[in-house]
Amino acid sequence: MKVWRYGDDVNTDMLFPGKYTYTCSTAEEIKPHLLEDLDPIFAKGVQKGDLIVAGKNFGYGSSREQPVVGLVAVGINAIIADSYARIFYRSSINQGLLLIECPAAVKAYRTGDTVSVDVEKSVVIVGGRSFPFPRLPKEILAIRDAGGLLPYTRARLKQRGSCVQP
Amino acid sequence: MGQTFAEKILAHYANKPDAATGEIVTVHPDHLLMHDNAAPIVKKIASDLDTYGLCNTKMPIIVLDHVIPASDEKTATNHQLIRTFVNKYKLPYFYDIGEGICHQLVVEKGLALPGQLLLGSDSHTCSYGAVGAFATGIDRTEAAALLLTGETWLKVPKSIRINLAGTIRQPVSAKDVVLWVIGQVGASGADYCSVEYHGDIAQFSVDDRFTIANMAVEMGAKNAVFPVDKVTTKYLQSLQITSAQYKAVAADSDAVYASTRDIAMEEIPPMVAVPHHVDNVKPVAEVAGVHLHQCLIGTCSNGRLSDLKVTAKILKGKTVNRGIRLLVLPASRQIYLDALKEGYIDIIVKAGGVILPPGCGPCLGAHQGVLAPGERCLSTSNRNFKGRMGCKDAEIYLASPATVAASAIHGVITDPRSEVKP
Repeated sequence: MKVWRYGDDVNTDMLFPGKYTYTCSTAEEIKPHLLEDLDPIFAKGVQKGDLIVAGKNFGYGSSREQPVVGLVAVGINAIIADSYARIFYRSSINQGLLLIECPAAVKAYRTGDTVSVDVEKSVVIVGGRSFPFPRLPKEILAIRDAGGLLPYTRARLKQRGSCVQP
Repeated sequence: MGQTFAEKILAHYANKPDAATGEIVTVHPDHLLMHDNAAPIVKKIASDLDTYGLCNTKMPIIVLDHVIPASDEKTATNHQLIRTFVNKYKLPYFYDIGEGICHQLVVEKGLALPGQLLLGSDSHTCSYGAVGAFATGIDRTEAAALLLTGETWLKVPKSIRINLAGTIRQPVSAKDVVLWVIGQVGASGADYCSVEYHGDIAQFSVDDRFTIANMAVEMGAKNAVFPVDKVTTKYLQSLQITSAQYKAVAADSDAVYASTRDIAMEEIPPMVAVPHHVDNVKPVAEVAGVHLHQCLIGTCSNGRLSDLKVTAKILKGKTVNRGIRLLVLPASRQIYLDALKEGYIDIIVKAGGVILPPGCGPCLGAHQGVLAPGERCLSTSNRNFKGRMGCKDAEIYLASPATVAASAIHGVITDPRSEVKP
């Protein structure tokens, strides 16, 4: 398990360059370009179960979802940051990616520390120390727990048999 | 206790008497905007659409604007898929290439009205606050789910009140005001928040308000909104929309804000955002003389008739500097036609400008004027992120149409006050 450490205001163009947004949509197309302009070794080096630790306003800018789709596809386990931009945060719920807002854990992290997440207890463990993080509201947790918004929507449609309009 | 614009409008759409900040509500937006990304959105749910159908054919608005005309087989195939989808479901709100930029068309075609709720799979959907709508960006997956269900959740955001006080000093413009505000608030200073602009706003046209609302996402805001006033109603009347067709929503005078910020507009000089963050702003005077290779006037941020008018006024009888490529994009076909009629296009082309089709142009780095390593572009667009115009080793500066036009003449960043006497 490797921890990829980044700073503040990592924007969507750093996570996935805009020039590819209309030609790359599937996970396989996205993967080679992930974080291309931020950290050229990320796409080749990332492994399933890795974590990202970052500063404030992670994922700000565009509404493109390729960064999240790609990070899920390469097996990023969770992102731990001071804060997130809202569309990125929403997108992560929609793709079932665990985003943890925990400035204390970010501050405590030193290169080489092991980092793990206990979702049940809602804590991040950094170098042996535990830091609690806020749980998502139950309405939102239901979407993430279903594996993302489309599986969640499909289950509801199946139940109702038609479009969900009241 | 009074309610903010966000609390009021989201309570209305949730069919509740009130909705407190922080509450999660289920809403059915009036419209869902998509652009070229409608292709991957539709692909995600192709079989679901076959089973359940499209929830509401009047909800989607689709505009082809991002990579138009198609630049390669892949983008052409995506456009083809979108046209097939539109024809299959007989969607009434489809605008093919050349009609304009999606956000401009939503407002110009009267699809965003005061008191309405619009979502869009584009971060600059927040632009429609210019006409008193609540509008915000979502991702492709959520747009796909909305096509099937017509509903989604929204958290009622905290609100920030920005009082714009005083009068701007020409040639300072709405763009300089919003760059100033973003510099003060910071790229994350309005994260998750609704931003309400109040104060001396009568001096700002709907074009100006569009520019200011458009860039709300650059400070992290969920939406930005201007109260509906005579400027709004007059604009809507010009689109043949009467006040009987909408119900404006206004914040209460005793609404509770997370924070309030006063902006003294007399103090604002021509501004520029320097690489590689939008909140990295400076007065133009501090970076005057910086050598440029490309100048861009247009995009959803500043491609309107008033922007082209300022551009033409500055370029009249002048020539674009030899070392500069000046690219100009009218934001819609209507604006293009009006600019032709007014003679602005004639002036811009004679000065050496290149007119691109109404669309996003090189703003997202996909085509039509991407940059080479070491090059520097001064642009009226809304993002100067590293790599944004297709090359990570290029630099993007953001400024007003007046600053970009003046700079195009000299080949270096130029204070527009040297070209236009106030």
